[in-house]
Amino acid sequence: MKHNLILRVVSKFLIPLIFLFALYVQFHGDFGPGGGFQAGVIFSAGLILYALVFGVETAKKIIPPFVLRLLASLGVLIYAGTGIAGLILGGKYLEFGVLASTRVAGQHLGIVVVELGVGMTVMSVMLLIYFAFAERGRPQ
Amino acid sequence: MIETIVDITNLTFLTIAALAIARLRNLFAVVMLFSVFSLISAGLFVVMDAADVAFTEAAVGAGISTVLMLATLALTYSHKDKKDEHRSGHKPWLPLVVVFITGVMLIYGTSDIPGFGDPDAPAQMHVAPYYLEKSLSETGVPNVVTAVLASYRSFDTLGEVTVIFTAAIAVLLLIGGRRSSTTKNSDGA
Repeated sequence: MKHNLILRVVSKFLIPLIFLFALYVQFHGDFGPGGGFQAGVIFSAGLILYALVFGVETAKKIIPPFVLRLLASLGVLIYAGTGIAGLILGGKYLEFGVLASTRVAGQHLGIVVVELGVGMTVMSVMLLIYFAFAERGRPQ
Repeated sequence: MIETIVDITNLTFLTIAALAIARLRNLFAVVMLFSVFSLISAGLFVVMDAADVAFTEAAVGAGISTVLMLATLALTYSHKDKKDEHRSGHKPWLPLVVVFITGVMLIYGTSDIPGFGDPDAPAQMHVAPYYLEKSLSETGVPNVVTAVLASYRSFDTLGEVTVIFTAAIAVLLLIGGRRSSTTKNSDGA
């Protein structure tokens, strides 16, 4: 699809908007609809669109697979680590109330951090799976 | 009133898409129709005020799963093959009877389901009132869905993230990595 002018122009215009919307869904998820999962999927959809139009190799230059593998594991670690942080600060596992000075602030902080972990893992996993499929089709 | 019209229109399109999926033999067209089906479902979810579900359906169902199915099609086609699936030889009567009976039973089952948004529905009587009343004051998060998913049901969500992570590991183990026939013996430790 490297020579398709319309696709290139339109996707160049759309991809930043998709990323912006993904970030909005991620960080506004506690006020509006959405959350980490949706944000991660939308973000990865933007990158997949980029990979479809400009080629998988170009997309891999932006975000190499080893970074994705790190991010996928880091997301799960952030989630589980937030639980451990609750344990260390004297609460139960995944109890967010103890994370900040007041219980409500702690809950809010915990939810934002945990959603960030979810978003990172989902975004990287979707891209990793797509790259695995796209890589497979290439003649060696 | 307008919701009913939108519902009926969307459900009509859903039915048309489903029938077309069942009838068509061109797999590329079927994948694209799956995508259309997901997009219409996302529209229905928005009408039902489930914006979170609609996001997921539109992004995963209409977007990423379509791309993955197209990638699978591209991998499994060879250019010599015809792109159409072969029509099977057997008569469709037995499957038709099974589907018909299942459908009748499902429709009969819906007569016991409480109405949409019924406040007396069992699902609304258990913990839902507590979440609706207390989630804002307890978590400071206005979106009840996020509060329930991330805080009250945090263990479930941790499990889900782990499942997604495991899926990535499984896919990478199965089809990830580079296939190299020349360095197979030296590499295979």
